[in-house]
Amino acid sequence: MSTFIVLSITGLGLGAMYFLIASGLSLIYGLMGVLNFAHGAFLTVGSYASWWMSEHAFHDVSPILLRFLLGALCGLVAGAVFAALVELVLIRPLYQRHIEQVLVTVGLSLAFVALVQGIWGPTLRPYAVPGWLHETTTIFGAHIPNDRWIEIATAGVVLVLLQLFLRRTRYGLIIRAGVENRAMVTALGINVRTAFTLVFAIGGVAAAIAGVLSGVYFSTIDPGQGTRLLIFAFIVVVIGGLGSLGGSAFAAVVVGLLQQYVNFYASAGIGDIAVVLLLGLVLLARPRGLAGAFAT
Amino acid sequence: MRKRIVADFAWPLAVFGTLAFVPKVGWDIPKLFDSPISSPGTLNLLALCLVFGGLALTYDLLFGFTGLLSFGHALYVAVGSYITNIAITDWHWSFAEAVLCSAAVGLVLPVVLGFVSLRVSGIAFAMVTLAFAQAGAVLVDKDPHGWTHGNEGLSPDYTKLPSAFVGVFNTKHLYWLALAYVAIVFFVTRWAVESSPGRIWQAIRENELRVEVLGLRPRAYKLMAFVLSSFLATIGGIVYLLLNNTSDPSVISPNFTLMLLLMVVIGGAGSRWGAVLGGIVYYYLDNRLGAVGSSSTVQDLPHVLRTPLEQPLFLLGTIFILIVFFLPGGIAGLAARGRPRACAGSRRRFAPAARSVVHRRRRSPNRRRAHEYGDL
Repeated sequence: MSTFIVLSITGLGLGAMYFLIASGLSLIYGLMGVLNFAHGAFLTVGSYASWWMSEHAFHDVSPILLRFLLGALCGLVAGAVFAALVELVLIRPLYQRHIEQVLVTVGLSLAFVALVQGIWGPTLRPYAVPGWLHETTTIFGAHIPNDRWIEIATAGVVLVLLQLFLRRTRYGLIIRAGVENRAMVTALGINVRTAFTLVFAIGGVAAAIAGVLSGVYFSTIDPGQGTRLLIFAFIVVVIGGLGSLGGSAFAAVVVGLLQQYVNFYASAGIGDIAVVLLLGLVLLARPRGLAGAFAT
Repeated sequence: MRKRIVADFAWPLAVFGTLAFVPKVGWDIPKLFDSPISSPGTLNLLALCLVFGGLALTYDLLFGFTGLLSFGHALYVAVGSYITNIAITDWHWSFAEAVLCSAAVGLVLPVVLGFVSLRVSGIAFAMVTLAFAQAGAVLVDKDPHGWTHGNEGLSPDYTKLPSAFVGVFNTKHLYWLALAYVAIVFFVTRWAVESSPGRIWQAIRENELRVEVLGLRPRAYKLMAFVLSSFLATIGGIVYLLLNNTSDPSVISPNFTLMLLLMVVIGGAGSRWGAVLGGIVYYYLDNRLGAVGSSSTVQDLPHVLRTPLEQPLFLLGTIFILIVFFLPGGIAGLAARGRPRACAGSRRRFAPAARSVVHRRRRSPNRRRAHEYGDL
């Protein structure tokens, strides 16, 4: 029983990261029709920027928690700025040319990983976090690493904030309307392009949060982490239904849990294959993902 | 008509025929190659370039001619490489049996996976193929039966390989094998895209909805293209195994497929010559840029400039982005631009297809999709 609880919480923690990546992917796709292959690069920007700032700029900050938070904040800002720049410089000139936009993000993701590898090397970098994050809390006899709670809570907060933003603000309204019918929004004289940059920046922040959390989860960062997590985020987005935030959240939880359970109860690595099988089954039953069943 | 036969058969035959004499050439081209052309090292590099030319063309069949953006093509190359290797090394089969076995898998697997993944189209299709390839990568990496040796890669039992393809002295045979592979892929592609299903593939690329309205089923045709392209990639995987003399996990990584995509776009999507040239040029640069990076000229540069120049993938990625922006037809598009207009326009041999794939295809499906998903 205690193993089951540990697996569940760990699966949720993993699902939290998938959701953070998938939410940005899904919003960007829903609004702009762009499959953002460079989303892994946003994650890498977040994790490396926070790591670098915390190692160099805030080296002397005394409580390690403050140092971690300052680093994380810088990571988020870097992620947002980088993502907005990518949209302005690389995506915008190719407006409405979807395949070319995908190609550019593919090129960017390859070039960026190579660049990070060139600067900081392909090796794993230890990621400094407050010590209590690696301690465990005992619940129903299960020893659960504390960082899992942080991951789950952060993803929950991001989900709520995103929903509030989409439902309660003017820009959220424009984004929702744009996802539904971009041509009509444009025809009404609303500048959708600002919303594009905004959505990219939001996606960048969410991916950067995932980058920081992946540093916390794995205790290390490396240049390939973004791409590895991105593949599962893609699966989550397709299972959840492209463009649906709620669908992504649900699918992220399912994928994270399934992966953990199968990896433990069957054999290591089979969990990843089970996730792909689930994807195949969902596509056979519901080619458009679960979004119909779990609309927002 | 006669002009077409000359262009489609006589020219390629002449080019491939000329390339067959390369192992007999003893020239030394110092800047381009480290050793004389007939030396085993250079021949091996050239053979790998040719194999990648062929593999890029199989990918072009999907992406350039049918408009299917797949991120899982590497899976089928890996099927050729790994299954042949496992069959001779772990199961102690003969080479012929191993080749037959992997060819059979290379035919059945894409039928099954294509059937599932073609239920979705466009971007979702790309993601699904990526996921299937990833499942293969996990299998190779975790190695549940002790067959693939995970990250180390698997060296084939060389006693089972045909003796003509083993050893440094036989590199020229490997070169001819690679040349034969690219020639076969070239002519099969020519035959396929000019056949009547082939014309429907190109119609699907241009406007899938229209094909559907005409009463045809795009999905069956797309599956046909998917299976043919994957099968040819499997054969390429077998040649790649013989050339590399090992199967390692890089062949099934997502980056391998992305590399094929880069090759096709750099060469010119929707053009046979373009894709082959793109594959050759890309692989050559990937190989040689590393040497440039470690040369003394680059090493003397300040740190800020040196680091990016040492990373071939960074340079190639940047070149790729520039090509997407400023040269949408790739190398082939550049060649078409130089030709007289009437000639280029009468038949789209050096098709400006990259642009047309991109421009026309997605309009209507996308708008439809936006409706289907409803509110967020």
